[in-house]
Amino acid sequence: MTTLTLAKALNAGLRRAMEGDDKVVLLGEDIGRLGGVFRITEGLQKDFGEQRVLDTPLAESGIVGTAIGLALRGYRPVVEIQFDGFVYPAYDQIVCQVAKMRTRSGGQWKLPIVIRIPYGGGIGAVEHHSESPEAQFAHTPGLKVVTCSNPVDGYWMLQQAIAHDDPVIFLEPKRLYHSMKAELDPALEPGPLFASRVVRSGTDATLIAYGPTVQTALAAADQAAEEGRSLEVIDLRTISPLDLAPVAASVRRTGRAIVVHEAHVSFGVGAEVAAAITEECFHSLEAPVLRVCGYDTPYPLSRVEHEWLPTVDRVLDAVDRAVAF
Amino acid sequence: MSDLIQLLTTDGVRVEDPDVAFAPDAALLAEHGDEAGVLRAMLRDMTLVRRFDNEATALQRHGELGLWPPSLGQEAAQIGAGRALAAHDFVFPSYREHGVAWCRGVELVDLLGLFRGSDHVGWDPAEKGYAPASIVIGAHALHAVGYALGVLHDGAVGTGDAARDTAVLACFGDGATSQGDVNEAMVFAASYNVPVVFFVQNNHWAISEPLTRQTRIPLVQRASGFGFPGYRVDGNDVLATYAVVQRALEHARSGQGPVLVEAVTYRMGAHTTTDDPTRYRTDDELEVWRRRDPIDRLAKHLRATGAADDAWFAALEAEVEAFGTDVRTRCHAMPEPSALASFDETYVEITPTLAAQRAEVEALLALDETAEVAR
Repeated sequence: MTTLTLAKALNAGLRRAMEGDDKVVLLGEDIGRLGGVFRITEGLQKDFGEQRVLDTPLAESGIVGTAIGLALRGYRPVVEIQFDGFVYPAYDQIVCQVAKMRTRSGGQWKLPIVIRIPYGGGIGAVEHHSESPEAQFAHTPGLKVVTCSNPVDGYWMLQQAIAHDDPVIFLEPKRLYHSMKAELDPALEPGPLFASRVVRSGTDATLIAYGPTVQTALAAADQAAEEGRSLEVIDLRTISPLDLAPVAASVRRTGRAIVVHEAHVSFGVGAEVAAAITEECFHSLEAPVLRVCGYDTPYPLSRVEHEWLPTVDRVLDAVDRAVAF
Repeated sequence: MSDLIQLLTTDGVRVEDPDVAFAPDAALLAEHGDEAGVLRAMLRDMTLVRRFDNEATALQRHGELGLWPPSLGQEAAQIGAGRALAAHDFVFPSYREHGVAWCRGVELVDLLGLFRGSDHVGWDPAEKGYAPASIVIGAHALHAVGYALGVLHDGAVGTGDAARDTAVLACFGDGATSQGDVNEAMVFAASYNVPVVFFVQNNHWAISEPLTRQTRIPLVQRASGFGFPGYRVDGNDVLATYAVVQRALEHARSGQGPVLVEAVTYRMGAHTTTDDPTRYRTDDELEVWRRRDPIDRLAKHLRATGAADDAWFAALEAEVEAFGTDVRTRCHAMPEPSALASFDETYVEITPTLAAQRAEVEALLALDETAEVAR
């Protein structure tokens, strides 16, 4: 049992995946000697060599397109996109190539590619460094999209994504990289990758969160408890496919659901979850499904980002509205 | 390096080049007996591919295909490059490389499925060493580089073992050279020194845009900017194209890294069957290129040298006629695709959401079938 930050847990997950399968190769900018700008790949090039951990030229489309070719040759590439906002130069390669290649080959090819993207805000960064692009990829058939909210999940989910035969967009909540620690038992058997999880039980309303907002939801539930209100918190973990069974089971009990994410509210994951809850649990609902999300502007200046991001207060306000409905 | 390499003039006369000679590899010589046999085989290749291409255009006109991108005029570039490949090399084509597909052993009629809407790909890419068509211009150049990087990491270059050393051919056109992906592919290829040959068929037109809209220098000169060699070859000369691509592939297989080949040719037909080239180019220009026809010049050469006589040409004509009929018949007979196939081909492990949608479509199809039976 060791205590690890999210960054170290992801590093340990990569290491174990590379030890277990010599076809696993890492590609990205500055991931070699530097260990990545967040140090997620620290020490891996030293231990596995330059053929397994490739510092790439500075071109995201090139990185993902090259990963596709490697996958077709039998490798299992793991791509690091340096920051969320830098994934867009690779958008065609991800959405038109990675996602469609299996269909294009009539189901003959598989593309076991993982595209790791540090995402989310709250780190006081400049433009392009705080975005949440999950809906862009969840809307794309052929991709799967998952996100971890803690070091234990980071360790296991990354290995599971690498072992998975379909392409996976793996979103890492960057503001938790070095701030969040947890005890990790590498001998434990992890649960399935594409499964949501109840992380706190409650009876009055269900908070549905993922990645960085799981911590926000849990803090909101703590505060609500002090006020005598019992909130259930679900960590979605998988965004595409959605694992709705735990969500539906919870909402059938609580009658109220609030989705919390940092991405822009409109046309986002929250809308999809709300629609699905309405289809599944219409007669159990005591209130409309509410969303507490980022607003429909480009990500704001860092000095005001906390007015933009979902906060405990905004979540509790939504709970009040749902209960009062 | 901007000089055009030519080994066969438009009049069908063999000429020497100081750097490159036509020397068919052992496998081709063994298959066709001698050099004259190889040349006859290449003429047959080009003639069959042209007939197929004309058939496909006609099939589109008759409503059997939604669209067709003709390769008319580019046969020498494609057969020259295709015949230079080894069986274990790998090709990433765009959508117009019908002649290269033929050389890879792909049944030409199988190229029609995509344009008929019957299937995405009619062959096993791994078995043929020939990827499915890539329609986003230039995107596949990166896949070729990634594949070649895998080849390099597998240790399948520079071993001296001809059965092991592998090259990758990326096929695209002059228009694609403006794409970011093609330029990124060249940067990555140079950076990692991978065994890839960028085979640019400069056919002078990207739909309606002339070469001058893409470049102000000969495309081959871009190679030096990326730091690897380039060759500019007469792409209507099958001997020269074969010789140059053979040399380029050997350079790649031996571990010396990427090469750019600019094959100067001309798209005699439309971009696709929806295009109307009379709006943007002149008959005079077409006439110039008609006189450079790749098939005519090799036929002239074979007749002049006595390598093929009237009887041989008559036999070829009969074969080509039967081939055309066969393409037509088999196109008509292509099976209808299943509406469920795309659900099964999206993921290796279908998601619960998609499985539910699949079941919905399956139920609708069953209803249709019941209604059909009742009727």
